[in-house]
Amino acid sequence: MSVLDVKDLTVEFPGRNSVFVAVDDVNLSVEAGKILGVVGESGAGKSTVGNAVIGLLQEPGRIAEGEIYLHGQRIDQLPYKEKRRLRGRKIGMIFQDPLTSLDPLQTVESQLVETIKTHLPLSNSDAQKRAVELIDAVGIPDAGERIKQYPHQFSGGMRQRVVIALALCAEPELVIADEPTTALDVSIQAQILELMKSLCAERNVAMMVITHDMGVIADITDHVAVMYRGELVEYGETSQVLGAPNHPYTQSLISAVPRPDIKVERFPVVNYIEEAGTPQKQIDISTHWLGKARDYDKVTGPLVQIRDLDMRFETRGSVFPSRRKYFQAVKKVSFDIQEGETFGLVGESGSGKSTIARLVTGLYHPTGGSILFGKTELTSLKNRKDVLAMRRQMQMIFQDPYSSLNARMRVRDIIAEPIKFHRLASGNSEVRQIVDDLLDHVGLGVAAGQKYPHEFSGGQRQRISIARALATRPRFLICDEPTSALDVSIQAQILNLLKDLQEELSLTMLFISHDLAVIRQMCNRIGVMRNGELCEVSDCDQLFEAPQHAYTRELLDLMPSMELLSRANLESA
Amino acid sequence: MPYVSNEEAKAAVADRSGSQEAPGRLSKIVDSDLFHSFLRSKVTVVAACGTFILFLLAILAPWVAPHNPFDLASISIMDARVPPVWMEYSDPSFLLGTDDQGRDLLSGIFYGMRISLIVGFCSVIAAAVLGITLGLVAGYMGGRTDAVIMRIADVQLTFPAILIALLIDGVANGIFGSLDREVFAFYILIVSLALSFWVQYARTVRGSTMVEKNKEYVQAARVIGIPSVIIMARHILPNVMGPVMVIATINLALAIVTEATLSFLGVGMPPTQPSLGTLIAVGNDFLYSGEWWIAIFPGLALALLVLNVNLLGDWLRDALNPKLR
Repeated sequence: MSVLDVKDLTVEFPGRNSVFVAVDDVNLSVEAGKILGVVGESGAGKSTVGNAVIGLLQEPGRIAEGEIYLHGQRIDQLPYKEKRRLRGRKIGMIFQDPLTSLDPLQTVESQLVETIKTHLPLSNSDAQKRAVELIDAVGIPDAGERIKQYPHQFSGGMRQRVVIALALCAEPELVIADEPTTALDVSIQAQILELMKSLCAERNVAMMVITHDMGVIADITDHVAVMYRGELVEYGETSQVLGAPNHPYTQSLISAVPRPDIKVERFPVVNYIEEAGTPQKQIDISTHWLGKARDYDKVTGPLVQIRDLDMRFETRGSVFPSRRKYFQAVKKVSFDIQEGETFGLVGESGSGKSTIARLVTGLYHPTGGSILFGKTELTSLKNRKDVLAMRRQMQMIFQDPYSSLNARMRVRDIIAEPIKFHRLASGNSEVRQIVDDLLDHVGLGVAAGQKYPHEFSGGQRQRISIARALATRPRFLICDEPTSALDVSIQAQILNLLKDLQEELSLTMLFISHDLAVIRQMCNRIGVMRNGELCEVSDCDQLFEAPQHAYTRELLDLMPSMELLSRANLESA
Repeated sequence: MPYVSNEEAKAAVADRSGSQEAPGRLSKIVDSDLFHSFLRSKVTVVAACGTFILFLLAILAPWVAPHNPFDLASISIMDARVPPVWMEYSDPSFLLGTDDQGRDLLSGIFYGMRISLIVGFCSVIAAAVLGITLGLVAGYMGGRTDAVIMRIADVQLTFPAILIALLIDGVANGIFGSLDREVFAFYILIVSLALSFWVQYARTVRGSTMVEKNKEYVQAARVIGIPSVIIMARHILPNVMGPVMVIATINLALAIVTEATLSFLGVGMPPTQPSLGTLIAVGNDFLYSGEWWIAIFPGLALALLVLNVNLLGDWLRDALNPKLR
């Protein structure tokens, strides 16, 4: 018998003018000892399903229709007090961000003991004993010692283990995990997923994993529910759904996942995404405004040469130099980028890859080493005119599409700003013409210029960012995790756009990402970073086929297995 | 690229955007969330009407006031201290009675409110400009500049604003002497109020600036090569103005009260150009001799004005930025 049954669930959010249906007629069930994955892109309503089950819908959301059963007992209509008793006791919850889901002022032990005693009639010492057992069960070594520590003394992955222990405190029958590994690095993600899978089987718990990541779905789930715009479009056994998807949305979602195993020329064109822009016009680069970028000096040899680059940040300031403390973000990094190639930097969070991007663009000033761009040494540029000339040649695309555009400016003005500032056009009407062309070219259409950034979705905003970066006619483009905040189908479009632009304008690119699969699709050569050091630089295929450095091999091993996905990909390709 | 005239370019753009009808400005306002939250709060609607009427009376004082209290030819000492119309010995042409020099109180209140409001608005604008500039510079530059500006702000914050205004006003009046007082009192008052109220703006703007400057759109502007001054003015300033507008509304009430206090204490507006505070000060002398109306009516007007503006400010704060509460 199934532990959780969701029948015809419809969740509505009444607004001032209309009612927004977040979840539309969804049917699900989870069995004991099995994992159900709920997958979908942002706004699909997958988290709302989870919140409806534990009765924590955000105001003014309400369950308009449908029934939720836990072990055959109806729970959606229980009064508040009894619903509260269910939470933690019968239903455990694992949240996305382990940094904020623990109380920083209480030891791990007191948080666990408090939760245990709330739900189980145990004495203090029994509860403590149970807490230690739980910490041990989630794979934290020295459970007896570490349990006395505060959350900040644990790393991100360890904290997520504590959160899992908290969810398991009262032997719940159902655990809901909302994006449990999204905030974690790949290596830790793999461990946490493994842990969840084994705990689920050992303790015979039913688990519902809400995620946007097809890799997580393929890795641990037994059943999968694919959601699109509040509707359940496909539901079944994981191997069935991923291996032979029926619904076109599932098919396009799967085909948009970047493949780590082979390099493809372009990402498959996804046709189930409504925000897809107008198709790009082919432009004749020899006459187009963007083509005038050829006025730069020719370089012989690599375009960018980085030698022994060092960067440290002061973490404790002091009048006395001996008392100052530093964090070494980049240590003696050297690499070259050839003209026209895409150089990838990959690494986990804190490995210093974004710092390098900011050093090259001049947002930070390095503490040591040199950055040679063509024949110019960037670190010793003083003259403002020279600095501006360099700034024009290199542009950057940022990670977060929501904060990288000024919300108070029209899109047209955002893109026109660099053109006007660098005096790349004569007269306002020409600027306008160029802006319109750029908007057209990144697939947004001219009408977009009159709007403000908040009227666009994440992927469209990233297109605006790209148009702004192109507006100075750069020869070198730095992309800092340009798609990590985007849904997978939109990621595919943006990556395709970047590829096309690079080919057309023969741009040189520095592409930074934590996602090995994306890196593989985008880059000619790849550098692997760890703790501020560059472990390995090699050609794309060689890195994936025959990694030299031990850390690279480790990273490659930890990628979620994509066997199921790859099969589907091959079939659709 | 061939040169196209502005008109042609505009026409081309209108053409390409499908010449769709943009929603009118008014309908946009009516449809906004802010307007709806405004309509939902009855108190705010009443306060807004009250503020509107009081502002209108103040602005139109020369036309709506029954008398001109500054016209020496029309006032007579014989009319001094006439009580309001519903009392004995009253004169129907003086609705709320007269003060000690025979000036009509109702007209005096209209004109006084006018002066109070002008001083209030000017000082709020001056304080905001000063505070925003210093806050932006401190927040964006950081380091020593930030330390110096914010320490000054901290020191000033330990004194009550009224004390600083009193100090500046007193010193300035001492320098200019009583002869020029009629000319300078107005400007001195504004400067002293501005210098007492800039701190709050500076602190708020500095905080928001420090958040904004780390956002990627500011970094993008730096990558383009745009100089700091333009980044502050064009990119950061519009994004930190929300809380500033709220503070300004609430501070308007505060500035009016402070101005009234200063005038009451005799360092603000002179009796020849009476603000509400000056009127109350005049009436204060007669409070115990039974001529209560000279102090009470200007006092009521001041209370009404401040209450209405304050209620409006509170609503704006809650609607725009609940975190400021």
